[in-house]
Amino acid sequence: MANFHPFVVPFVLGTIGLFVICGYKYVRWIKQFDRKQQALIRKNMFSTKILPAIWEMFCECLLHLRISKKNWRLGYMHRSIAFGWFLLIVVGAIESRIGIKGPFHFWCAIFYRFFHHNIPANGTEMFFTQLMDLILLYVLSGIFLAMLKKIHSRILGMKRTTKHTIMDTTVKISLWAIFPLRLLSESVTARLYANGGFLTQSIGDLFSRPVAEFLELPLWSLYSIALCVFFLMMPFTRYMHIFTEVFLIYFRKLGLRDSVKMTGYTKYELSACSRCGMCIDRCPLYNTLDINDVQSVYLLRNLRNLEHHQDILAAGKNCLMCHQCAEDCPVNIDLMSIRRISRDKGDTDMADNYRYLDPVKGFNAIGRVAYFGGCMTQLTPTISESMKTIFDAAGVKYWHLDGDRAICCGRPLMQQGFNKQAADLRRKITELIGSCNATALVTSCPICYNTFKHEYNLTIPVYHHTEYIDSLIKSGKLSVKQSDTTFTFHDPCDLGRGCGIYDQPRAVLKAVGQLKKVSAEKENSVCCGMNLGNTVLSLEQQTKLRDASLKVLTEPNPDVVVTACPMCKKAFRHGTEVNVKDIAEVVAEEIKK
Amino acid sequence: MSNFGFTIKKTRSFNLSQADLRMANRLLEEVPSYRKCIGCGGCAATCSARQFTDFDIRKVHNTFRRGQYDKLADELRKCMLCGKCTLVCPRGVNLRSLIINMRQLLTPSNETF
Repeated sequence: MANFHPFVVPFVLGTIGLFVICGYKYVRWIKQFDRKQQALIRKNMFSTKILPAIWEMFCECLLHLRISKKNWRLGYMHRSIAFGWFLLIVVGAIESRIGIKGPFHFWCAIFYRFFHHNIPANGTEMFFTQLMDLILLYVLSGIFLAMLKKIHSRILGMKRTTKHTIMDTTVKISLWAIFPLRLLSESVTARLYANGGFLTQSIGDLFSRPVAEFLELPLWSLYSIALCVFFLMMPFTRYMHIFTEVFLIYFRKLGLRDSVKMTGYTKYELSACSRCGMCIDRCPLYNTLDINDVQSVYLLRNLRNLEHHQDILAAGKNCLMCHQCAEDCPVNIDLMSIRRISRDKGDTDMADNYRYLDPVKGFNAIGRVAYFGGCMTQLTPTISESMKTIFDAAGVKYWHLDGDRAICCGRPLMQQGFNKQAADLRRKITELIGSCNATALVTSCPICYNTFKHEYNLTIPVYHHTEYIDSLIKSGKLSVKQSDTTFTFHDPCDLGRGCGIYDQPRAVLKAVGQLKKVSAEKENSVCCGMNLGNTVLSLEQQTKLRDASLKVLTEPNPDVVVTACPMCKKAFRHGTEVNVKDIAEVVAEEIKK
Repeated sequence: MSNFGFTIKKTRSFNLSQADLRMANRLLEEVPSYRKCIGCGGCAATCSARQFTDFDIRKVHNTFRRGQYDKLADELRKCMLCGKCTLVCPRGVNLRSLIINMRQLLTPSNETF
């Protein structure tokens, strides 16, 4: 058989195994999609949404632009391995198509130099030979950085790397072996047949001829075996992300999202996690409390393997849900939803638990703004009082929806996996708001705001009070005077990372005083430690988290630390000498009479 | 008789030495901060659910601690888990965790994992 040698057998078996196993898994997961997800796929499968999906696949799976934006060294490392390998395959396929004499098999592209011993004859062949060497060098530079990162992760700008399982480490070593082995085998062949480029030829010339003759076959065999090991282990390890991310991007562009239960879509997300560990770097639990086994990367790994059930439950519970990891994830996996799925309490509590809320009837608030303080604002009455002052000063008619009796928005229940009960509460509140005919809903609590925005289908617009005050000032309804007081602003998790509101509070603060920048703000703001998402942290641990956050906020010596969340305000108040205020209080004090 | 807006509760008595405290002890293991509770009732006073109905979280966790588990499961379902009780507790008891654990002990849920 021409263009065949027994050493290619491991590679061929590995490739076939890889496609069979991956195909089986992908089909099984698609069957596990829920009805809504299946309907979306059927509706959008061949729509124009495919084009942006393909573009994103190119940018993210090959070029890794999102990682590069956050950390260019890490981005270079991933790009050189992913895009470099992709180029090796594509350019190699073209080169071998042109050069191979006799029957063409797909392995000829991978082991081209072995089957094509001719010295590059014309310009085209010379060009491809040099180009392939250049690409190989590019990939090798990435592998070198990866090794460097394992030894000392800070060189690549990461505090620590993920603790991997034995499987993950084995497959990583096989990946690291592939490219140096390819370099060596091509070099040795180049020594014997002078068919190498600038890199392989110069390395090959270092060998003496008998040594090269002796090494050629073992090296090519090792290269083939390394590929085989990598391909066969890939579907069971973190490298499954290479193919899965492509599918995930496609499904996400079709409009698929996580449900409250584990679905096939979640399985795609779990396998798209490359365990890069970027979620560990800025996790407050790791940074302040040194808890290093609950981060998303570990939760996702345990969920994917569905082993260590106690670990899943324990790791699932111990999370602030501050959205920091979801913000940092280069694959944009919906980590908060997965965290909630891991906490799902099932459907045992089916009864309608909140029958006592039934007699709650709204009040006719036609033409008025409904003000929803939220439970926590009941404990910080100065915030709701300030809001009333602001409404009055701007001449806005309002109705305090939860003045004496507060219904919870349902987020805390949802975060703890009581999805059925949370839906009950949502229904009650939707009825209440629907019955009052208000023009808009303003809330002082980012937790409620995030829920109203993303979980409810309200017919009236919803504003957080920072947004609302900002619009009042911009439209001229509310006139404020600018004082010399200096502020620093704390972005609450649910308002900033949860809803993307960063500019409005800053605009408001600039209108009433002097805003100072802090070292970690906007999407990097440090959680105050009181986030309702966590129920297992002790008071001492929460205090430590609060102090870490306050350290950042008080660093530029502001007169007032301003936040926009009653929870954060409560957390900070007793932790610092500096005055802590809600943004509504600050504005209410500076209203022009 | 004048209505003062409150009633005097009937005297209850039970034998603590015969009570089944296994679940109560489990609860103390799961939520160690509960040992610090002084029963001040701050949690019940601020409770959002109590603003609508006669739900009394202090009574619930006190009875649970004494091993009297009857009807508590239904009572606990009234909680909205908003967490105000945790914020006001002067002893730093993690009441949200306490409530979730009481629920789990009384009606073990079929958690997916």
